[in-house]
Order: sequence, then C-alpha cells, then structure tokens
Amino acid sequence: MISANLSAIFYLISGVLFILALRGLSSPETSRQGNLFGIFGMTIAIMVTFLSIGNFSSGFTYVLIFLLIGGLIGTFIAYKISMTAMPELVAGFHSLVGLAAVFVAISAFLNPAAFNLGSPGNIKLGSLIEMSIGAVVGAITFSGSIIAFLKLQGIMSGSPITFKGQHPLNALILISIIVLTYLLCSTQSSNFFWILLAASFLIGFLLIVPIGGADMPVVISMLNSYSGWAAAGIGFTLENSALIITGALVGSSGAILSYIMCKGMNRSFFNVILGGFGATEQSGSSQNKEQKPVKSGNAEDAAFLMKNASSVIIVPGYGMAVAQAQHALREMADTLKKNDIKVSYAIHPVAGRMPGHMNVLLAEANVPYDEVFELEKINSDFANADVAFVIGANDVTNPAAKTDPQSPIYGMPVLDVEKCKSVLFVKRSLSPGYAGIDNDLFYKENTLMLFADAKKMTEDITKSL
Amino acid sequence: MEIDPFIFRLSIFILSIFIGYYVVWSVTPSLHTPLMSVTNAISSVIIVGAIIAGLAGNSESIFNTSSIFGFLAISLAAINIFGGFLVTQRMLQMYRKKKKNK
Repeated sequence: MISANLSAIFYLISGVLFILALRGLSSPETSRQGNLFGIFGMTIAIMVTFLSIGNFSSGFTYVLIFLLIGGLIGTFIAYKISMTAMPELVAGFHSLVGLAAVFVAISAFLNPAAFNLGSPGNIKLGSLIEMSIGAVVGAITFSGSIIAFLKLQGIMSGSPITFKGQHPLNALILISIIVLTYLLCSTQSSNFFWILLAASFLIGFLLIVPIGGADMPVVISMLNSYSGWAAAGIGFTLENSALIITGALVGSSGAILSYIMCKGMNRSFFNVILGGFGATEQSGSSQNKEQKPVKSGNAEDAAFLMKNASSVIIVPGYGMAVAQAQHALREMADTLKKNDIKVSYAIHPVAGRMPGHMNVLLAEANVPYDEVFELEKINSDFANADVAFVIGANDVTNPAAKTDPQSPIYGMPVLDVEKCKSVLFVKRSLSPGYAGIDNDLFYKENTLMLFADAKKMTEDITKSL
Repeated sequence: MEIDPFIFRLSIFILSIFIGYYVVWSVTPSLHTPLMSVTNAISSVIIVGAIIAGLAGNSESIFNTSSIFGFLAISLAAINIFGGFLVTQRMLQMYRKKKKNK
C-alpha cells in the first residue's frame, strides 16, 4: 500500500503522459510515440490504483477477470473492425465511456464509504453534486451515442426524426433534471437519483434522434466532448487528478472538433443540435432541375481525359467509403503517376461521417499522407489542374454555396472543383446529396458524369488507362 | 484561512482545459480520427473509479450491488482502453510518407 500523496503524484504523471499522447498527434511521425505515452499513462494509473488500495483479497481476482474480459473484447474489436466502420466504432466506444461513468456514479452513491465520501444517505454535498453531474452527462453520452451508432450502422434511418412539441419537451426534461439534482442534494433520497438517471438517458436519446446523417461529424465530436466532461465530473468525485486532467483534455478536444465541423458546414452549433436539416429546406430551385441536360460518359472517356492531363485532383467523399473504393482509387492513382501525371487529394473538413474519416481511409489504402491536402491548402490549385475526379462527394463541391444566397448551404466553404478544366463526377445517380440540394456542377459544360458504383468505375478506368 | 482542496482540483481542471485547447488545435486535421479514438481510450481512465468500487466489498461479500456495478464498469472501460489504444495504433501504422528512399 502506498501513501495517498505518492499515488496522487503518480496520477499527475499519468495525466501529463495523456497530454503528451495528444501532443504527439500534431504530426504523423510523432503520433505513434504519442500513443505509446498514452498506453504508458494508462498502465501507471491502473497500477497505482491497485497499490493504493492494497487490499489484495479475493475481490482482486474478480477485478482481473473483468479487466481481462473487457480487454479481450476490446482487442478483438480493434483488430476486426474495418476502417470504413470507424465512425460507428467511435460512437460505440463513446457510449461505453458514458455507461462506465454512470456505473461508477451508481456504485459511489450506493457505497460512498469506499470512496471516502461519507455514508449512504449522508454523502458530502459537494461530492453529491459532482457525482450527479458525472452521472447525468454520462447517461446523456450513453444514450446519445447509442442513437448515433444505430444511425451510422444504418439500423436506424439516417434521416432526421422530428415531431411536434419536440423542443418544449426537451426543455421540460432539462429543467426537471436540474430540479431533480436539487431534490437529490437536499433529501439524499435514492429515488431521486434513479429518476435523475432515467431522465438523463431519455434526454440523450431525444437530443440525437432529430439530427440527420450528414450532421454526424458534429454529433460524434459533441459526444466525444460529453464523454470527457462526464469523466471530469467523476474525477472531481473521486478527487483524482488523472481523471480531472483527462476529462478536461477530452472535453475541450471534442468541443474544438465540433467547432471545426460546424465551421466546415457554415452552421452554428445550435442549428445542428436543434436538428431537422435537409427535411424542411428543399424549396427554391428544385422545380426546374429535371430538364437540364447532363453529359454522361463511360470509363474509357474518363481514362482518355486523365491520360491527357498533367495534373489530377481527387475529391473523395462518403460515397467512396460506402463503396469501399479507396484501394481501387489508389491503384488508379498509381497508374496515373506512372504516366507522369501529378495526383493529389483534396479533403473537405466534413467529408465522410466523422472528422478525418477520409484521411484514414486513404491511409489504409497506402496513399502517402503528403499527397493529401486540406481545403485551404489545395483550393487554389483547382484552377491549374486539368481534371478533378470527384468520387462519392457532392455537397462539398456545390458551387451554389458561393453563388446562390437562397441555397441552404450558402456560405459553406466548398472545394472549387468547377475551376478545373474538366470535372469527372462518379455517382450512382443524379440524386441530390444528404443536404437534399441539387448540385449545379452536374450540368456544367466541362462536367462528365460517370454513373456507376464508385469502386467498379474506378477499376474500369484503371483498366482503360 | 485554509483553502478548500476543491479549489485546487478546480484549478487543475481549468488549466487542463486550456492545455487541451492549445494541444488539440495543433493536431493536424488528417489525424482527427485517431484523435477521437485516443481521447476515447484515455477518458476510460475512469476505470480507476471502477476498480475502487469493485474492491470495496469485504471478503465475506465480494458481490454487493455497489461492487457489481464497479465490476461491470471495469469491463466497459477495459473494452475502451484496449480497443481504443489498439485501433489508434492500427490507424497510425497506416500513415506513411511517399517512398522516396526506396
């Protein structure tokens, strides 16, 4: 058994290691080392916890058993999961953090003596408040992430689900959560604790249900942030600096990511959270779109255009992930490079279903990361490029965001694809994107539509090259 | 007058938010997915609380309602710790530069 002061110092060290883990992600070279710092920090935290309790009675065996069960499941998932399923995985992981926070809060409430918080029915007021915050945020994270997971998996419809009186209902539940917390703190009654948890689970569910599939990058980042605040709340209860530091880091990390995602869509955070995008805003120019002529081509046409190009910019989107076309795409790029054609990739901040989704998929397909560029860095290059190859992206290339103040996506930063000499657009049909907006780019003279499955089309082009 | 230890914890918390703010802004956008999976893994340090809860039972009654919730939380957090760090490692292994020296 080690002293409380010594273990506090070790917790501080593991907190610092977690900071270094995030710091490592500033560049791919240092990132792997950063991850090792993270693992090291976690090992210290767990070891110190064992040593500080020092009660190696029979309960210890069970702790190891449960640790091992979880570890095996986690390891299995980590090696089995495909890179395209990363958004679902992260949403699923968030739900587990949330639920773990709820469970820890429940055990602390039932057995406060074990945590030095007083006795049942007589818990220190400060601890009770911290515990409630941790439990409430944890519960919201859990049920919200479950909904996000179901939507991303396609088990639940990705379209926003709205009903009358939604906002008043949410407001009512949020107020009741505050009232219940107050009642819990003044009466210490366990009944209020359980009702509080139930209300929090419910509000998490109701908050995410009205948010559509295309807004998932914001939702996942937001839930990431919540899982951090939940951990911090529990950290205050347990008076544990490692948890407080980590919770603050994760909380601000998720908040920044949400901000970046919202900015990528030119929408305010509240606009996203209040939901219903795409369902209501389909008015405007949608009437006269049927008559416009579209040029469509096949793989040979596309191959011909690219062969005569000197530089090609590839714009991947969610459609590439769905079609699992990243490997076929890289093969196409390799063939182009053999013909001395410059290939680069342009990634929009909200391409895909989570921050950095496209980058991971391209990395999986062995695309070197120094060929992949963010929107600000590559946007001026479109004017000098010969061919833009848009694969599975739509709204992020729509010039209406720059020209049409009536468009729902007006003001959103988009890739200047239309400035290219020619645009190849791989798409299964002319259907609008997730925002439900028609894309003018389809009808431009220099656009060639390639109607096919993204993977098959890319493979065919490679053959024709 | 003695300062409540809560104030010190609050100080750690506030300062860590600032550290997080600056550290996360310096993360390159292409690594945002690994950032999410690694933050996931480290927030599972909540396992510390779960272990305390799990070991709280005495030798006659290892399993009571409180410790059972603790044990379950240990498993949940462990899934995240192992899954989160390993999947991050797997992703980071894939980020490679152009093969110039080969």
